[in-house]
Amino acid sequence: MVKKMKNKKYEEIVKKHRPDENRTTNALIAFIIGGLIGALGEILVELYIMWFHVSQAQASVFMIVTLIFLASLFTALGFFDKWVTFARCGLLIPITGFAHSMMSASLEYKTEGLVYGIGSNAFKLAGTVIVYGVVSAWTFGMIRLLIGGGAL
Amino acid sequence: MIKILYSFLFCGIICLIAQLILDNSKLTPGHITSILVVTGSFLDIFSIYDKIVEIVGGGAMVPITSFGHQLIHGGLTSAVSYGPFGIIMGMFDLTASGISAAIIFSFFFTLVFKPRN
Repeated sequence: MVKKMKNKKYEEIVKKHRPDENRTTNALIAFIIGGLIGALGEILVELYIMWFHVSQAQASVFMIVTLIFLASLFTALGFFDKWVTFARCGLLIPITGFAHSMMSASLEYKTEGLVYGIGSNAFKLAGTVIVYGVVSAWTFGMIRLLIGGGAL
Repeated sequence: MIKILYSFLFCGIICLIAQLILDNSKLTPGHITSILVVTGSFLDIFSIYDKIVEIVGGGAMVPITSFGHQLIHGGLTSAVSYGPFGIIMGMFDLTASGISAAIIFSFFFTLVFKPRN
């Protein structure tokens, strides 16, 4: 009986201190921030085509490098973590999230030295994306090549 | 101009789906990015993602789904001239710039800046 009471009280206390998380608001914020980054990407592509007279493919490479540069810089300066806690998937799902995860992992393990700190931990969080990307790309590529008949 | 709107919508909807999965399940952001990468490369079996890139433009290259698409796309482009081994040879052809840039920037910024908690 006492234990039950304690559990109930505990739950109440937890409920009181849990931040009010509105799922609709979260989703809306992620939609808007993610959308703005996508729009920024397209604007950068168009600007690079206009300024440097390069092809669409080259311009999108420049755009991705720019976004990665900005995300790494802001993570290093310490702003990006606050933005991520606000926007969550809006910033984690675009390529900025990849740069952010690499940057924060290597910053975190900086104290352990250049080789065993930065070198071996840089891909601690971003590694999953590369592993599953390569495995799935190989599997689906083989399926397309062997069953679908021919590449591209 | 219409491409900017499409980019906003496409990238926004992918982030929205990811946020809904994050809020309504026990999966972490790491799980969700992995799922999205696999989805991106899956969509390229039938060249669906290629068509999305054609319509949406730069906005389709921004979400992490395009990482999977670029991996399989590079592999298949190389497979045209080298056969099944081409998939392994050309896998990183298109994504190399993004990964290299992320490694280089994170390494030098780590040397310069101090970690803060």
